Amino acid sequence: MSDLLQQFDLVIGLEVHCQLDTQSKLFCGCSTSFGGEPNAHTCPVCLGLPGALPVVNKKVLDSAIALALAVGADIRQRSVFARKQYFYPDLPKGYQISQFDLPFCEKGGITLTSGKFIELTRIHIEEDAGKNVHGDKNSFVDLNRAGIPLLEIVSTPQLESAEEASDFLRRLHSIVRFLEISNANMEEGSFRCDANVSLKRKGATKLGTRCEIKNLNSFRNIERAIHYEAVRQADIIVQGGTIIQQTMLFDANSGSTRPMRSKEESHDYRYFPDPDLPVLFINEERIEKTRKSLPELPAQLEKRFIEQFELPAVDAAQLTSDRDLAKYFESSTKFLKKGTPKLAANWILSELAREVNDRSWTYMNCPVSAQSIAQLVNAIGEGTISGKIAKTVFKSMVETGKDPETIIKEEGLVQISDKSAIRTLVERIVNENPAQVAEFLSGKEKIIGFFVGRIMKESGGKMNPAAVNAVLLSTLNSKKVGS
Amino acid sequence: MSSTKISSLSAKAIVSGLASRSFALDDVIATFVERTKKVCPALNSHVFFSEEVISKQVDALKKTSNPESYPLFGVPVLVKDNICTMDMPTTCGSKILAGYVPQYDATVISRLRNAGAVIFGKTNQDEFAMGSSNENSAYGPVKNPWDLERVPGGSSGGSAAAVAAELVPVALGSDTGGSIRQPASFCGVVGLKPTYGAVSRYGLVAYGSSLDCIGPITRSVEDAAMVFDVISGHDPKDATSLHSGSREIPNSEAMVSKKRIGVISELIGTGNDLDTTHSFKEAVLELKALGAVVEEVSLPEIEYSIAMYYLIATAEASSNLARFDGIRFGHRSSDPTQSLKELYLNSRSEGFGKEVKQRIMLGTFALSSGYYDAYYGKALNAREQLKSAVKRLFSQYDFLISPTSPTTAFKIGEKIADPLSMYLSDIGTIAANLAGIPAISIPCGMSESRLPIGLQIMAPWNQETSLLQLAGIYEKKLKWSERYKPNV
Repeated sequence: MSDLLQQFDLVIGLEVHCQLDTQSKLFCGCSTSFGGEPNAHTCPVCLGLPGALPVVNKKVLDSAIALALAVGADIRQRSVFARKQYFYPDLPKGYQISQFDLPFCEKGGITLTSGKFIELTRIHIEEDAGKNVHGDKNSFVDLNRAGIPLLEIVSTPQLESAEEASDFLRRLHSIVRFLEISNANMEEGSFRCDANVSLKRKGATKLGTRCEIKNLNSFRNIERAIHYEAVRQADIIVQGGTIIQQTMLFDANSGSTRPMRSKEESHDYRYFPDPDLPVLFINEERIEKTRKSLPELPAQLEKRFIEQFELPAVDAAQLTSDRDLAKYFESSTKFLKKGTPKLAANWILSELAREVNDRSWTYMNCPVSAQSIAQLVNAIGEGTISGKIAKTVFKSMVETGKDPETIIKEEGLVQISDKSAIRTLVERIVNENPAQVAEFLSGKEKIIGFFVGRIMKESGGKMNPAAVNAVLLSTLNSKKVGS
Repeated sequence: MSSTKISSLSAKAIVSGLASRSFALDDVIATFVERTKKVCPALNSHVFFSEEVISKQVDALKKTSNPESYPLFGVPVLVKDNICTMDMPTTCGSKILAGYVPQYDATVISRLRNAGAVIFGKTNQDEFAMGSSNENSAYGPVKNPWDLERVPGGSSGGSAAAVAAELVPVALGSDTGGSIRQPASFCGVVGLKPTYGAVSRYGLVAYGSSLDCIGPITRSVEDAAMVFDVISGHDPKDATSLHSGSREIPNSEAMVSKKRIGVISELIGTGNDLDTTHSFKEAVLELKALGAVVEEVSLPEIEYSIAMYYLIATAEASSNLARFDGIRFGHRSSDPTQSLKELYLNSRSEGFGKEVKQRIMLGTFALSSGYYDAYYGKALNAREQLKSAVKRLFSQYDFLISPTSPTTAFKIGEKIADPLSMYLSDIGTIAANLAGIPAISIPCGMSESRLPIGLQIMAPWNQETSLLQLAGIYEKKLKWSERYKPNV
């Protein structure tokens, strides 16, 4: 596969549709909540009944301004809503109110992990369509989703690999989550991505024909779909064929893409300014107001975490990929004494993240508080417990919600660092196993593991491993001298 | 008071007569119900009339404790069939909406109900307000009460005919290119097209959204002002609705003195018939006699107004009418084996009439990629030029006048085969829609063959008050409606 692709440059542009978390829809007062009986959240406006008219929900504008500022885009002082026209049962008016030649904002961009900057073409505001539901004999239309506000974010085709594409998407995802403008739940479809993929011969300037892959609903699937599509296109080109511009659907089960419809047959959308909606004016004052209430964004936070907590870049990137996670980590650091932020980050990103994931917790409602995690890390740092015992303590924290200090006390898990206690046990074990001692003395130093194992077993794992090692070595070595 | 007399009363006289107990609410309602039943069949002015729905409203009205606080208490009001009413079907004169009853009342309807008006039924119209003769209705043409062989004008033909025939004192119409004023002119009644946005469009089934206005058709300027007062004002449900101030109407002849009135020279040329030319000249003399300074002015952009209109209105219509697809409401083609595409095609082909299809195709073409700039884009630019030209004229003149229509009512069938000549008959009225300014048509004369002739007065943006003042003073001087009445 990679051999084939080595002859080509991959050119990827993404179009992301992000549902905004406003209480009500873009052009009417209906609820935006997910689910509900079909067509429960509808009114004459979002049903597209004759005579009904749209009125812009001002809350949507603040969300759009926030995202525009977060990605450094240029907000248009005046932007225009336009009608995008096509017939489909889930589109009640026969047109979608979107933006066309005068979008909400342009430019701006997102910096990838590699430091590469991906410029955006535009971000515009539009309404979502409803959903067609197919039964055995009949089809039905559910318009609960119709009219929910979307931001469409369009990147320039500067992404050069599936990994860059998913990195871009993850970063955009965390930005909208940090801004709290969208729950960006990919499974529920509130954060959807289409990818335009094309190939060009290495070093060539002319772009190839592109295919659009629709509705990619997880970061992993985006990578898989782009990989598959790139190979599919490379195969065709290498065999002397031509790429047909078409819309592809990714099948997550088979991991392949297949044509949905040919773009050649695609509609002339006949965009024109929506006469029902006046020109949208955004003044400086409104922008400044939003700017002042903007939270710290993932990229800034990532930089600060690296500097302030001396974290490796990978950890900082992971911690700041989610607003709640970043908050959780930062509040845990406030309780750190002997433990290091790095150790706290390790615990949070590995043990805790797994539990949060498996148990469908969120960092905010998780029974293991940030303070508890800090206590656990402190206990390790102070030498009160070993890393191994810490896992036992953590398990109990997860099950009971108790704090680690209580658990350590109740279950008697305090690590034994008392040299005399350790020496007593070490000497007993050494004396009980003369054969192994002889092996050690004959130069088989690896046998030391046997002693450590016995000692830890006897002590119930509570003895400080470093101290045990030191005492054991000195005891065994003293046998050398003594013989 | 006898029922013939009640049916001739203005809305204002009905309200005050009820307040002074000169007659009872039941008398008023019975008079108009009886007259409607008698006259309506000859005119075909109604598409919906139900005594049951009327009595329900009247019963509710009777329960109110303080009728005096309702500005239109007990006034029967007919409503053009493209305005949504939740207790009556709203079909827009189209088969595609046959039997369709909206889930909600248009804002104007709620305002009328809250003012104590009784919604008396729905009037016939050109399908989706597309037409100037009312011959494009799926429910048959409306007859002009002055001559049953002639058209009442359109598209609000049913409303104008019904008011002229005294089936009600007030009807609502909608005006996209002259659809209130031209039928008002043909039927010898008053028709007001307000400033774009002065009256909420919420619940008006859209034709050309950037041009559509709802307005009153009445037999007196005073009634038009009264109804306008009730239905106008900001509506949060319509993003294009205006915030307007108070609209009190001091009436005095002194107001006309020294006012500067421009006669649009492009609209008094050879296209007008002799009767119209003659009556208009008399109207000019009348205004001069009232002390106004009247001079000819040129608005050359008006020559292009029909071209602009038929691009902008049809483009918007092609989009506005996309929702009539047979999926959620209205006519759906019944073939169970058809594909989705066929369902769309068949439902729309069966449901829409010829003129509507023609305009949808025209508008679709004007918006098509590759043609947008040459047609729709150019029309928008031309519209801006017309707007600024009109604004310039209003910096020198308080009002602009012209005949409302180049001719009096023509015969049914006379122009149906020649759409271009039909389109051209709108030349006098379209500019006000393109510019968004208020305009009124009031009777100003009679032709030799006893057909009414209308005078159009246009005022600057949002100046309904002075427009209604001038029209009211002229009307009082002329006493037209006291001299002429149709024989139906």
